[in-house]
Amino acid sequence: MNGGSVIEFHLDSRSGVSPYLQVVHQVRHALRLGLLREGDQLPTVKEVVARLAINPNTVLKAYKELEHAGLVAARPGIGTFVTRTLSDSTLAAHRPLRQQLQRWFGNARRAGLDDESIEALFRDCFRSTLDEGVA
Amino acid sequence: MIRFAWRQFRVQAAVAAGALVVIAVVLAITGSHLVHVYDTSVATCKANRGSSAVCVNAVTNTYRFLQDALPVLVIVVPALIGIFWGAPLVARELETGSCRLAWTQSVSRSRWLFVKLGVVGVSSMVAAGLLALMVTGWSSPIEKVSPNRFSPSLFSVLGIAPIGYAAFAFAFGVTAGLLIRRTLPAMAATLLAFVGARLAVTYWVRPHLMSPVKTVMALKQSYGTGISQSSTGTGLTFLPPSVNIPNAWIYSNEVVNRSGHAPTTQFLQSACRAVLSGSAAPVNHPVRNPNSGFPECFGRVAAKFHEVLTYQPASRYWAFQWYETTIFVGAALVLAGLCFWWLRHRVT
Amino acid sequence: MTAVLDAEELSKQYGRRRALQDCTLSIPPGHVVGLVGPNGAGKTTLLHLAVGLLQPTSGTIEVLGSRPAETPAQLGRVGFVAQETPTYAALSVADHLNFGAWLNPSFDATMAEHRIDELGLDPHQKAGHLSGGQRAQLALTLAIAKRPELLILDEPVAGLDPLARREFLQYLMESVAEHELSVILSSHLVADLERVCDYLVVLVASRLQLAGEVEGLLASHHRLSGPRRDADSMPSDQEVIEASHTERQSTIFVRSESPILDPAWTVEEVSLEDLVLAYMGRATDARGARRSSMRPVQ
Repeated sequence: MNGGSVIEFHLDSRSGVSPYLQVVHQVRHALRLGLLREGDQLPTVKEVVARLAINPNTVLKAYKELEHAGLVAARPGIGTFVTRTLSDSTLAAHRPLRQQLQRWFGNARRAGLDDESIEALFRDCFRSTLDEGVA
Repeated sequence: MIRFAWRQFRVQAAVAAGALVVIAVVLAITGSHLVHVYDTSVATCKANRGSSAVCVNAVTNTYRFLQDALPVLVIVVPALIGIFWGAPLVARELETGSCRLAWTQSVSRSRWLFVKLGVVGVSSMVAAGLLALMVTGWSSPIEKVSPNRFSPSLFSVLGIAPIGYAAFAFAFGVTAGLLIRRTLPAMAATLLAFVGARLAVTYWVRPHLMSPVKTVMALKQSYGTGISQSSTGTGLTFLPPSVNIPNAWIYSNEVVNRSGHAPTTQFLQSACRAVLSGSAAPVNHPVRNPNSGFPECFGRVAAKFHEVLTYQPASRYWAFQWYETTIFVGAALVLAGLCFWWLRHRVT
Repeated sequence: MTAVLDAEELSKQYGRRRALQDCTLSIPPGHVVGLVGPNGAGKTTLLHLAVGLLQPTSGTIEVLGSRPAETPAQLGRVGFVAQETPTYAALSVADHLNFGAWLNPSFDATMAEHRIDELGLDPHQKAGHLSGGQRAQLALTLAIAKRPELLILDEPVAGLDPLARREFLQYLMESVAEHELSVILSSHLVADLERVCDYLVVLVASRLQLAGEVEGLLASHHRLSGPRRDADSMPSDQEVIEASHTERQSTIFVRSESPILDPAWTVEEVSLEDLVLAYMGRATDARGARRSSMRPVQ
């Protein structure tokens, strides 16, 4: 009934990120995780706004930016389709990495950390790894 | 817009139609019996050459309740139309705010008002007209034996005048609703204005529409003449004979002398001493007994006084009906014009 | 392109009360316009002037290129939902659809019926028995089925529960996407409008304070915080909208097209709500000080 679109968007109105950027990120995120593949159709503008109650221009802008980045292409009268994915050979490594992460989360919780502490620890580690990587 | 105006009016129209049907049935059944009574009593009178009063009474005593109730109904219906069809027509929309919905569709405000006025206004006139027609038809046997339709009490009931009254009451109701913008105050204003207008026209306008006919004649000692004592017991009046001009509208029937004055109490006391002192009971009704000394009394009065009858002849009945209807319909049109002007320039 | 709404020194006065003063505004087509301001600011007055329910005291207004309510055809190009969504309480939902069809030659009855069906409304139910949210949806259906070019909504979601509000806005946005409508909707709460509006008009105390595309407005307004500094000493290309000071610190809300380079300031982005509040604050001060009318920047 929804013309074959595979993903649904959601909006976090408290995140401080503008709606159109959230849409862009969610598409990229889906592409990266392999949830969206080449040839898949993105939800139509009408479908998105009917669900999220946001301005159609917002969605148009997001799709335009994705098109600019070469990730999607608009076919007039039909819809917007994925032309390139962001996932690559690393997709294969996702599964064991996911399992490792889940184990780590389990350990952290058993050690008595609450959600906020887990997230803070994770972010701190992530950032310092990034810096090391740059250096 | 016409279809929508009908849809809004649907319930009121159904109530009116239902009421008219009930009335029609009642009048049809009772009316046919009334005609039957008339036919038999007139035939009996012709056959027996009996007192015509008995024949007349046979008809006028039938359905006394309806004879009293129907004129009340016909008088009240235009007021009801003004209150329940006229006042809410625009006021309700202004009160509930639905005018903001109606005036932003693809219809101009003037057309909106025109159609609403037309649909309900014409319905008002038709309803009042049908009612008046039915009552006039039903009363015709009674009118034939006891013609009375030009008298103030029946003039506004039989004929076409109720159509004018309904048009005026409706138009006033709409105008009041438009200016006051609240339904209940508009209803009250409409009732007051309608009663006021009807009274004003009946007593101050209608008698002057045409100059009445004045007949001066000598006093005749016939039915109805006599002396009457005022209720306070002090004054005496001399009553002229009863008038019998069928279907005329009698303004007044006076006993006056050449300078236009009625007989004074002193004059009557001296001229009719025998009559006044003769009866044991106080004289408070006309005296007809020739043995009471009345003929002498009458002769003395008739020598100095004559009778002046002021009336509108029966032939003018329809002229007056058209005048009355035109006055009220004309007022209705003026009010409608005011509504259009107000709607365009003042309502926000 | 013709502006959907073009007002020139538009004013409306009731005796001594000024409902709207010297409003000059030009709204381009293809936007969802949020008209924001406190109660009594003149929003309803402006919208009623736009649909021909009111006549201006002075100035002019044109909607879609003609005077409002000039002809039945012009009335057909603008859909309107009034405050508190008036309906005919004694008439049914189906009667209302007939009303739309009989009074509007351009009415799409099939679309309206389909939508009523989708909403799950009983066509025979009297409008007076509908909930607030259902009445709002009915009124919106009537307005959209008319196939207008411009839709004007006066506080359409005020008083609706969050679910009804969401459903209303979903339907509205879907229709905007499908029919390429321009919309002007008013509210006294910015939160209602944040998701859906890409053009903002701020009315406070019967005067226009601000009008422009949301993106541009958010990009050109900043909140600066730093050591105590007089608002008058700010550079001329930075327009001070609102300033508040403590003994040692100043927080200044500015409008500036050029970037803020002074290192003393911490520059923050602002939200739509911050923007509206700042202009409302400035208007309240202006009324007290009786400054000359602020020309809204577009």
